[in-house]
Amino acid sequence: MGSTSMNGSGKGTGEGGDGSGGPVEDTGAPAGAVRTAEERDLGEAGARLSTAPVEGAAETAAGAPGLGPVGWARWFWRQLTSMRVALILLFLLSLGAIPGSLIPQNSIDETKVAAFRERHETLAPLYDSLQFFDVYSSVWFSAIYLLLFVSLIGCIVPRSWQFVGQLRSRPPGAPRRLDRLPAYTTWRTEAEPEQVREAALAMLAGRRFRAHRAGDAVAAEKGYLREAGNLVFHVSLIVMLVAFAWGQLFKSEGGKLVVEGGGFSNTLTQYDDFRSGSLFATDDLTPFSFVLDSFTGTYAKSGPERGTPRTYEAAVTWSTPEGTERKQVIEVNRPLEVDGTKVYLNGHGYAPVVTVRDARGEVVFQDPVPLLPIDSNVTSTGAIKVMDGYRGPDGEKDQLGFQAFFVPTFAGAGEGDMFSQFPGLEFPVLALTGYHGSLGVDSGLPQNVYQLDTSKMEQFKAANGEVLKQRLLPGETMQLPDGAGSITFEKDVREWATFQITRQPATGWALSGAIAAIGGLAASLFVQRRRVWVRAVRGEDGVTVVEMAGLGRSESAKLPEELGDLALALNAQAPTAPEPVDATAEGATT
Amino acid sequence: MNLAATNESLAEISNYLIYSSMAVYTLAFFAHMAEWLFGSRSKVARTAAALTAGDGGQGGREAAAPAVTVGTAGGTAVLDRPKVVTRATGGARDVPDGPGAHGGTAKGDLYGRIAVSLTVLAFLLEAAGVASRALSVQRAPWGNMYEFSTTFSTVVVGVYLVLLFAGKNVRWAGLPLVTTVLLDLGLAVTVLYTESDQLVPALDSYWLWIHVSTAIFCGAVFYLGAVGSILYLFRDSYEAKLAGGGTPGRFATSVLERLPSAATLDKFAYRVNAAVFPLWTFTIIAGAIWAGDAWGRYWGWDAKEVWSFITWVAYAAYLHARATAGWKGRKAAYIALIAFLTFLWNYYGVNMFVNSLHSYAGV
Ligand code: HEM
Repeated sequence: MGSTSMNGSGKGTGEGGDGSGGPVEDTGAPAGAVRTAEERDLGEAGARLSTAPVEGAAETAAGAPGLGPVGWARWFWRQLTSMRVALILLFLLSLGAIPGSLIPQNSIDETKVAAFRERHETLAPLYDSLQFFDVYSSVWFSAIYLLLFVSLIGCIVPRSWQFVGQLRSRPPGAPRRLDRLPAYTTWRTEAEPEQVREAALAMLAGRRFRAHRAGDAVAAEKGYLREAGNLVFHVSLIVMLVAFAWGQLFKSEGGKLVVEGGGFSNTLTQYDDFRSGSLFATDDLTPFSFVLDSFTGTYAKSGPERGTPRTYEAAVTWSTPEGTERKQVIEVNRPLEVDGTKVYLNGHGYAPVVTVRDARGEVVFQDPVPLLPIDSNVTSTGAIKVMDGYRGPDGEKDQLGFQAFFVPTFAGAGEGDMFSQFPGLEFPVLALTGYHGSLGVDSGLPQNVYQLDTSKMEQFKAANGEVLKQRLLPGETMQLPDGAGSITFEKDVREWATFQITRQPATGWALSGAIAAIGGLAASLFVQRRRVWVRAVRGEDGVTVVEMAGLGRSESAKLPEELGDLALALNAQAPTAPEPVDATAEGATT
Repeated sequence: MNLAATNESLAEISNYLIYSSMAVYTLAFFAHMAEWLFGSRSKVARTAAALTAGDGGQGGREAAAPAVTVGTAGGTAVLDRPKVVTRATGGARDVPDGPGAHGGTAKGDLYGRIAVSLTVLAFLLEAAGVASRALSVQRAPWGNMYEFSTTFSTVVVGVYLVLLFAGKNVRWAGLPLVTTVLLDLGLAVTVLYTESDQLVPALDSYWLWIHVSTAIFCGAVFYLGAVGSILYLFRDSYEAKLAGGGTPGRFATSVLERLPSAATLDKFAYRVNAAVFPLWTFTIIAGAIWAGDAWGRYWGWDAKEVWSFITWVAYAAYLHARATAGWKGRKAAYIALIAFLTFLWNYYGVNMFVNSLHSYAGV
């Protein structure tokens, strides 16, 4: 179909004339079908109605380049920039994206990848060698999209030049036989041919056609926006890709847990965990800090979804070195934004405040202890570690550790297990068991703050020899045996929130690219590019015959309609002549 | 609480409305069946005539031959609109569209009209069901898969009815649509049913309205396109067989004869897919913006994102195929169907079987 020759200056002139180049067109016409005599009559009428690449050029060359390295390179380039190869690459791209959605990905969740490795000992090495755990940064996936974009660029550049050329040149003259075009109309008028052409030119120009006189006819064209839109769309794809890649290379992203009253300032050491792109530099971090004033979570109180979160709000006060200080509420969908860095709220939990006294009765620890939720009702666990300052009954230095289990809403005494009934703070209970000995924090290995390494510790036992274990209500204290001290659950349970602090440059570019892409796409798919010719010649009987015909890059129902409108407008200025009395045409009208 | 009580009764009303719409869709289904049945008695055979008449596939070209001179027949007072002659282009089979399911029979047509009226009624009931569900939860009714499915089929039927009343030739889609809408609703009220409730904070954003509504709308239109593509494939083999001098089976003839021509179906599929593709692009971008707000990154290759992307690329491939020599027609239609399957998988498969951040399916 059309793309074979639509822009084929000097190449075939045939099917271009049928105007079927576009998407809304005929089916099943074999490319390169034998052309009939009339089709040849259409001449260049359909030429350069788009800038789609000349399909077939690649295939012709496919047989035998045989021209040495340059020939091969040219051949390869032709292949790569053909629509066919673009199509195949698009296919490969969607196929290639699939494994990443079914196999756990390092970039998303490393623990899942680790779990997968454990479960599939034979598959994992195979997946490793195929980079299936890192599909979207794998060599083969990158190769597909890079090839696609090289192909895209190789396609856009010549198309843009061609388009500029088309804008500069004029629509081609009328084909010899207008009645072979997809939409056609004719009538006889008493106006002079010259007058008709004049009127047609004015009328078409008035409707924003690019029109000019060519011989005995007027040639006009409209809808260049389609091509422009298509080019904008493809260029925007490149902009988006580059912006995305840029963002990945320079991004930084890290998490931080902050207890109410606590704060964060944006330096590397403050992060609990941190990831960055390969070109990130530390001084890219935006200087600012914030304090978490309060965190509020509300939950459905009744109904089948009792306990389902309704709102999470973190009220913060943030400031920059320049001295701006502002208050803001961060919600799940509403991050705090400071100079390109965004602070997202992404988790919360409780931090009961506990006080530990040693054998002498001195306070050796008094802090909120953030505990990690293990279920959706915020049943939480964690560890309380007293590293220095503690002295035992004999006055010797020692370390204390407590395993803590916390429920914000306790089921009630005698209700058995310590699982929270509701995520809100309605009936908080803290359960503790204590250890003393070496916490093992000096062993040099990084330690999880939420877990206790009890391998070098001894558990406190009650007088009856059983493990010391106690449930505390706010304000209650657990005495350690043998006057070893005490631990108090203060009447103060704070909430903590985790924040994700991210900076991804070039987001604005990505967004602009995206918007331009949609605009270009809409123009490319909704605008019709079409040509109209008006021919006016004196017939044998001296009466002027007006012929009008339209040709679209894409055959559309609108084309004949538009031609009808144009004809009506012209007909007003070149009224239909009365039929000759002998009425030879009479029969033809029906 | 008072408020909670009204909400629950509204949710109940919504359920009744959905069940009633299913009952009416069932009636519409039978009416469509009757339309097809009565229509099968007609003996039109226009397609066969067009394709086997003398010059075979060239039949339609003659249409252009007599250049009709038009205008005012007598006086100059009346300005008739000049008649435009249209002409099929290069090599396409010029086959007239089938008469529709009723096959030109008055009885078939009557049942067809009844079916359409019932579909309108069922649509209104279903839309009211979706609306009352939305009212009962005081939010957009797209928080879980039950709500997606009911909204989805409502929109499918809505788009179909709009096209129908805009005078487009789409009545042929009636039976397949009503059948699949019944299936969808059946699934929704049994497997996917979820009690009405409010949203978790992550879903509570105005992007929900934008992103999810356009996604559902795109899905509905893509579905219409897919129905067009499937019927195109059948009709095209039927026409090809006729053109090649074969005689298709009686059942195939009876059914396919009444459908629009392959060219018309193909064009229909292309138009709806192309028209909605920019909106689908927008949907993905809106999703990315939302993800940027909710999770701190606008694109993270989450399963749902991956499959939206695949769907997008697949439809882009379809559009490219249409513009590429050697890929038009059947091959392009297969791509369109694959593209729609990726959409479906994203909608059902990813929600139910794949672990994704978007796991709000509620099943
Ligand atoms: C990221 C990959 C690409 C996407 C998503 C994409 C998308 C599109 C879309 C949606 C259209 C409109 C189709 C229509 O008018 O019916 C289009 C047209 C076109 N694309 Fe692409 N494209 C991509 C890559 C390419 C590449 C690599 C090439 C060059 C080989 C290319 C060449 C064309 C051409 C020539 C048209 C015009 C076709 C016509 O108007 O009939 N595209 N593209």
